[in-house]
Amino acid sequence: MIEGAGPVAAFWGLSVLTLAAAGGVIVSRNLFHAVLFLILVFLGIAGFFLLLSADFLAMAQIIIYVGAIAVLILFAIVLTPRASRDNGETRMAPAALVVAIGVAGLLIPAIADTDWRTLASAPALPLADLGRELLGTWVLPFQLASVLLTAALVGAVMLVRSPREEQEELEEEERR
Amino acid sequence: MSAILLATEHWWDLRDLSNISREILDFLRDVGPDWLAYVVSPLIGFVAAFLIFVLPSQLFVGVYGERRLIGRMQSRLGPNRVGKFGLLQPIADAIKLMQKEAITPRGADKWVMWAAPVVFVAPAVLVWAVIPFGPNMVIADIPVGLVYYLAVAALPVLAAFVAGWSSNNKYSLFGAMRVVAMAISYEVALVLGLLGVVLFTSTLSLQGIVEWQRAHDIWLVFLQPLAFIIYFISASAELNRTPTDIAEAESEIVAGYLTEYSGMKWGLFYGMDIGYALAAAAFGSTVFLGGWSFFGLEKWVPPWLILVAKTHLFYFVFIWTRGTLPRLRIDQLMALAWKYMLPLAALNLLVVAAERLWWHEAELGDGIVYLFAAANIALALLLLVGWARVLGYRPERVPTRPRLVKQAGGYVPPGAELGGGR
Repeated sequence: MIEGAGPVAAFWGLSVLTLAAAGGVIVSRNLFHAVLFLILVFLGIAGFFLLLSADFLAMAQIIIYVGAIAVLILFAIVLTPRASRDNGETRMAPAALVVAIGVAGLLIPAIADTDWRTLASAPALPLADLGRELLGTWVLPFQLASVLLTAALVGAVMLVRSPREEQEELEEEERR
Repeated sequence: MSAILLATEHWWDLRDLSNISREILDFLRDVGPDWLAYVVSPLIGFVAAFLIFVLPSQLFVGVYGERRLIGRMQSRLGPNRVGKFGLLQPIADAIKLMQKEAITPRGADKWVMWAAPVVFVAPAVLVWAVIPFGPNMVIADIPVGLVYYLAVAALPVLAAFVAGWSSNNKYSLFGAMRVVAMAISYEVALVLGLLGVVLFTSTLSLQGIVEWQRAHDIWLVFLQPLAFIIYFISASAELNRTPTDIAEAESEIVAGYLTEYSGMKWGLFYGMDIGYALAAAAFGSTVFLGGWSFFGLEKWVPPWLILVAKTHLFYFVFIWTRGTLPRLRIDQLMALAWKYMLPLAALNLLVVAAERLWWHEAELGDGIVYLFAAANIALALLLLVGWARVLGYRPERVPTRPRLVKQAGGYVPPGAELGGGR
């Protein structure tokens, strides 16, 4: 339950900010601006986590999404030729529309079916319990995620190594 | 609280400044509506932490003190003309900056370029919310204070990147790329190092970390010397302080992401760089140097004065490294982060985890921390020197004789053999 003037005002303020920024992501022509709007969305969601007194999740949201993922997306855009300046000539609009309708068709029934109960008092999850659960009960999924990330890292390194470079390195080793 | 401090609870007792704010807020609760106290309490925090402490420190320690000290280190005078001993120099500089025109290049992304300094400044104020200045003097003692600091301190990197991109200048873009590359590299080592601290104290609250250090009568810098050194280097790299300021290296890429900024827009970046350095110093002294505590002295001396002194001392070390060390190249910095500091940080974490487990499983009592401290200091020295040797960083006691390009087998252009253009 959200009570009191402060949290209510914060909720509506955050809602407007997040939705407006999400609209900005869709509308803006410039991909770079779209990512900046996306960062605002991430910050808004972190605000929602704070409002639900999930402090740690809010901080993790900022560190991971704003600090790392958004920056990597920005990097990708800057390194892609022409991507940063104009996004006007896409021919994938119909396909995107189909995907969007599909996702909406998946999400809207799920939201409608969910039993949105409100608890009288928020079940505050202490950080220590969160850590214990993550490294105790859920240690296997946790480790699997790390393995996945490591695999992605190795794959990325393999992808960026050009055959020519490898040849040169081999020659260098032979010379030694 | 009376056990911790000699300070009384009267509003005029300056030994505990939280009394004043409590008086004001109580008064507002009695007189005004509910929300008024909500609105006023962050304002008090802002005024107390930022306007009274950070801004003067920025101006007189960050700008004036730094320039004078570096001048001293480099055998020159530094600013000494405006006011007594040049003390008014930072104010003169600020007035000059405000009068200057802030130019926006024609090809730049106007709105983004305008927004970047604003986004850069906001976190510099927010960071101070979790720094405890005394047992009662913290604006928001949230249970995840340490993570909050890391999260908020990651935002200016984004602002710097956006600033560099929106300027539409290749040097700016180089600087922006470097900022992000450095921040991502050093963040890993920084967080791994701080994790060691968190393992020992088993709390993420900054106030809790200070209390832990008080309760055990030891500073974490002794228990975690390796983490402290990693924190210092990483913080100075993320802050773009001079030995590691390749993001705005004026000898390579004009001024990095600041190339196209001028006037007060540039001034905001410059001033807030110092603000972040001060915040990093305050955070470092809170986490590693006991914060507002000083082995019992905090009873007699106002705790906030202790923290301010420690912060400025920490900041002095920043100035010192800036004044004495030459700037590194980007590949050297990257190698330092990934090859040198990351393995050390991981190893440190392993050692801390083992010690912590042993301590609690065997129920060794609190005295064991001194043994841990001695062991960790020895280990840190051994690892720092040993790992550097393994990687091939060897200090040169006897510098090798300089050789001519020709002797070294280099290319000498025809006609240059006689040497010199004379």
